Amino acid sequence: MGIPVSYYLVLSAIMFVIGILGVLLRRNALVTFMSLEMMFNAANLIFVTFAAYYRVLTGQIFVFFVMTVAAAEVAVGLALMVAIFRTKHSIDLDQMSSLKG
Amino acid sequence: MNLSDYYAITPLVFLVCWAIFLLLVDLWIPAGRKGITALLSAAGLLIALVLVLRSGEQVLTAFEGSVVVDGFSVFLSVLFLVSALAGIALAHDYLQRLGLERGEYYPLLLISTSGMMLMTYAYDLIEVFLALELLSIPLYILAGFSRLNLESEEASLKYFLLGAFSSGFVLYGVGLVFAATGYTDFPGIAKAAQNGSLNPTLFLIGAGLVLTGFGFKSALVPFHMWSPDVYQGAPSPVTAFMSVGAKAAGFAALLRVFVVVFPGMSVNLTPLLWALAALTMFVGNIVALVQSNIKRLLAYSSIAHSGYLLMAFVPYGNASVRSDAIAGMLFYLAAYCLTTFGAWAVVIALEKAEGKGLELEDYAGLGHRYPFLAATMTIFLLSFTGVPLTLGFWGKFYLFSTAVEGGFWQLALIGLLTSLISAYYYLRVVVIMYMRPGTPQVQRNFWPLLTSGVGALAVVILGIAPGVLLNLAVSALLKGL
Amino acid sequence: MLNEYYPLVVISMIAIALGFFVVLLGSILGPRRPTQHKGQPYESGMIPYGPGTRRISVRYYLVAVLFILFDIEVVFFLPWAVAFRKLGVSGFILMVIFAVILEIAFVYAWKKGALEWE
Repeated sequence: MGIPVSYYLVLSAIMFVIGILGVLLRRNALVTFMSLEMMFNAANLIFVTFAAYYRVLTGQIFVFFVMTVAAAEVAVGLALMVAIFRTKHSIDLDQMSSLKG
Repeated sequence: MNLSDYYAITPLVFLVCWAIFLLLVDLWIPAGRKGITALLSAAGLLIALVLVLRSGEQVLTAFEGSVVVDGFSVFLSVLFLVSALAGIALAHDYLQRLGLERGEYYPLLLISTSGMMLMTYAYDLIEVFLALELLSIPLYILAGFSRLNLESEEASLKYFLLGAFSSGFVLYGVGLVFAATGYTDFPGIAKAAQNGSLNPTLFLIGAGLVLTGFGFKSALVPFHMWSPDVYQGAPSPVTAFMSVGAKAAGFAALLRVFVVVFPGMSVNLTPLLWALAALTMFVGNIVALVQSNIKRLLAYSSIAHSGYLLMAFVPYGNASVRSDAIAGMLFYLAAYCLTTFGAWAVVIALEKAEGKGLELEDYAGLGHRYPFLAATMTIFLLSFTGVPLTLGFWGKFYLFSTAVEGGFWQLALIGLLTSLISAYYYLRVVVIMYMRPGTPQVQRNFWPLLTSGVGALAVVILGIAPGVLLNLAVSALLKGL
Repeated sequence: MLNEYYPLVVISMIAIALGFFVVLLGSILGPRRPTQHKGQPYESGMIPYGPGTRRISVRYYLVAVLFILFDIEVVFFLPWAVAFRKLGVSGFILMVIFAVILEIAFVYAWKKGALEWE
């Protein structure tokens, strides 16, 4: 490994922060959703990097589970968005305002 | 990997298998008769309850130490299974009445419960994460169970986005802890922390992110924004189950992770936890004052109770008070569970289709027309407030006294003060029920009435003899955490 | 270690240059006789109809969701297949349990009509 571990760490931190900002700033539910996936993948990058660094397999196994969980979340999330779009014809988060008080 | 591993988690295996079996069986149960599914799932929960209690007080370790079944897990598992039973009892008639009857409700509830149970068994960060997702994903679906009702769908999407956001924090925090130590199992991380063979910065950031993630899950201020909306929009039985189960599971995970993995970090975290607890108590109780919708009121009250629960968590670095504080928290969780389900049962009895019957004015005259419901609701509200000789009082009493023992008397004072504030909005409901004239409409159905009756009875009896429950909580922690 | 990537850099440079060169050559040397049919957007040989940015039916999403769910199982099957002999009978039994759970999900989706287009 020629590339220092800290580079991977910085890259994953950048991905994580982009993910957070995407969730907080973007108003389209689908884009928000992609940002969430980005956060998950930032964590995956850390796991893979340090699994190689410490020469243990746990990190890589963790990534498998994270991918599966992310797929399950995608399924639920997409289904929810389809359901909302059918009722409301929009998935803009700023318009989700029927619950206020 | 051998059979004794599976022996340790028999209740969990059984519950998951039962949920899958029900999902399949439900396909062949005709639409109007989903009561069969409800009964079957209740039976499964009862069997799981027996299996949980069978293991008693012995500590079982399985899957190379990544699963630990001890008194703590048994206590909380019983709590979760009882919550799920109450969730089913409240749901069946409600779903039928609102035209939402679909059999998937029950398997989803069972799967979520098994996630909560796994959370209490988990002794490895991988499992904490998996348990978190296993309990959350079915809850996202359940929150949107009322299809074509925009409020429910929006609640579901909000819960989903915020839930996934918080999972992202937990996951990244776990990643950083792994990066700092090279381990994901609790003993490994704890050992690395003791030896000092880790990267302290990454470790601290990781712990902070895990705390933030679970803060979202347990609706601590300032991570609580989603919860009133979600609690209001979701179908009421789901809200009841969510506000007890998800919250308790979040606290269980926090306790396990922080007490076992991060004990050395208490110096840094205690002020933070202190501030979070104080803030949560204040904001939850004060915002609850202006609510006119009973579901939102209970949502803010639930946020406030998170604050009280977190109070037990503040002195966790202090070994002499720790187990008392945790026992106090378990006691409070049990009290909160009974009271919450009772109160929601009354709310469900009054709720009509399309979100009608949820305003506080709809409770006017309840005391004259339906004295039983009004009396049970009064008991629950008094217990929420912490009026002496109710179960809620003892819960707060134990929490506050351990906080004082741990040297956090200011926090106990804040707790007392905010409890006084909370008396205003809880008692306002009582006043409306008894003093204002009105003709409330109640759906008479056996199961919600039974739930509220049993809840009220338990609150009264345990309020008179709190020692029974406290002994259970203390003995659950005898073997440590 | 960057040296290892050196041939890769060279070959991608060549590929990019070749691509540009061929396109440039065609536009310089090729004859230009536009007709109406040639100017139409290409849709795999079909006669194009409707605007290009048409909305896609929501059913695609449902199929995509199911695809993702049943696709991700490969993540667990592949490592098992690689270590098949080492894991032996117990590994086989566990994977059968895993597959049975997936099949139940499949039966559920089927019975609910999620696999039917209409």
